[in-house]
Amino acid sequence: MTPEMFIQHALNSLTLGSLYALIAIGYTMVYGILRLINFAHSEIFMLGAYFVFWGVSLFSLPWPLAVAASIVFTAGLGIMVDRIAYRPLRDAPRISALISSIGVSFFLQNVAIVFFQAIPRGVYRPEWMEQPWIVGAVRILPITLFVPVLSVLFMLGLLYIVYRTKTGLGMRAISKDIETSYLMGVNVNRVIAITFGIGSGLAAASGIMWALRYPQIQPMMGTIPGFKAFIAAVFGGIGSIQGAVVGGVVLGFIEIMTVAFFPDLAGYRDAFAFILLIGVLLFKPTGLFGARVEDKV
Amino acid sequence: MLKITDLHVHYGGIHALKGVSLEVPQGKIVTLIGANGAGKSSTLRAIAGLVKNKKGSITYNGRELLGLNPVEVVKAGIVMAPEGRRIFPHLTVMENLHLGAYSRDDKDGIAADLAWVFELFPRMKERQDQKGGTLSGGEQQMLALGRAIMGKPQVVMLDEPSLGLAPLVVRDVFEIIKTINQERGMTVLLVEQNAFAALKVAHQAYVLETGTVVLEGTGEQLIADQRVCQAYLGG
Ligand SMILES: Nc1ncnc2c1ncn2[C@@H]1O[C@H](COP(=O)(O)OP(=O)(O)O)[C@@H](O)[C@H]1O
Ligand SMILES: [Mg+2]
Repeated sequence: MTPEMFIQHALNSLTLGSLYALIAIGYTMVYGILRLINFAHSEIFMLGAYFVFWGVSLFSLPWPLAVAASIVFTAGLGIMVDRIAYRPLRDAPRISALISSIGVSFFLQNVAIVFFQAIPRGVYRPEWMEQPWIVGAVRILPITLFVPVLSVLFMLGLLYIVYRTKTGLGMRAISKDIETSYLMGVNVNRVIAITFGIGSGLAAASGIMWALRYPQIQPMMGTIPGFKAFIAAVFGGIGSIQGAVVGGVVLGFIEIMTVAFFPDLAGYRDAFAFILLIGVLLFKPTGLFGARVEDKV
Repeated sequence: MLKITDLHVHYGGIHALKGVSLEVPQGKIVTLIGANGAGKSSTLRAIAGLVKNKKGSITYNGRELLGLNPVEVVKAGIVMAPEGRRIFPHLTVMENLHLGAYSRDDKDGIAADLAWVFELFPRMKERQDQKGGTLSGGEQQMLALGRAIMGKPQVVMLDEPSLGLAPLVVRDVFEIIKTINQERGMTVLLVEQNAFAALKVAHQAYVLETGTVVLEGTGEQLIADQRVCQAYLGG
């Protein structure tokens, strides 16, 4: 393999990895606060992509506006899912909310099938993204840089919210002790809603960029990336934002690099994530950055 | 005045409070003593809005609090420091204190109260960037008190603040309780196992047994009371 090819693969890994990372953040934040694996998250990812498709093709919005609208919309949808499907179950056994999230996941998939039909659709991609830059022997599509750069910006924004704002302080408090947070005057339901909003917005951003990268969308497109991002979150240590980011990027590298170095294994590409999951669960169940989380009673 | 009238609390089939009535006058220290399981925490938790299944009346300066959620109770000026301190071990001392002020927006007031808390607990100032979980038990209790103060309560409810602390630290805790009451006129509703120390600082006291108030009086009266003496003061 030439160094140029390696750089190319590394950039691809970074792109894929940051897409996983953006989804994984939503899983990890919701899990960190509610100990809930939000299965509907992968459908939020899918809908984020579809809303842009709709915005551009149905409402003829300029692409950047369609993207912004989609992220806002999807964030609202995430908040609604929490309000309707999870909040009423806050005091119920945790398995109830988990089952509810599986229900929401199927529901959203089927709604998408009804509204958008099951056939894959090509999506609009701004032209400037396809004009390659040539650096030496490396050919870089702007989109390959656009995705990681935007992802990093989103993540910095997220870190700012979590570590520098009052709401973020509330999130970190709730993730440890909901009752005491309440006693301190933290409006728990509101902070949880904001968490769902942020997680969903990031998943939408990921879905939108995914559609740019693999320019086709269909109602099931969230399932596999969703699973993989979840695995990335577990690998990084579920509940940890840094862990989700590192886990996502590592998974991106594992997938792309294994296929790059061992092309014969290309057919097993989707299996790597699951092998990683089994390895993590066997050898370090708390993941890279994970603290042991006590079960909440 | 915080006034509780005929308060009942149920946990499933357990009738934990069976018509508790008590009064906490403005600016006073009132203590609630009683054996384990008597319903002391349940009383505070009901006032704080944490208990769902309750009946009766809880008024503060005439306003009914019974249906309020914990955030609304905090905004009404009543803050609770829960049993077992419950500080946030993964947050710094400073973050814990800011969390206590979560319901407030008055930046200057928060800064002033922070300065006051650091004056009351110089150790907290030294350790402000340290994680709460790395503090000793006594320091954690000070942090829990400081955090409650940061909510700028008119009434502060303390659930067994001296539990599990070394005698010297216990003395400090009671000193602080007196200080916040005298210097800032904070009303204190104090739940204690350490009945003697609690009765000594309290203006008014109630004895709770299996969910009912069985005795009440001034702190001095109850210290002198034969029954209290036998049951709670070890002779
Ligand atoms: N969450 C709960 N679920 C069921 N029973 C409870 C719960 N909390 C307290 N109790 C019961 O209510 C009674 C009063 O408890 P509590 O208010 O904690 O007493 P104290 O603080 O005086 O020790 C006890 O019998 C206790 O077992
Ligand atoms: Mg108790």
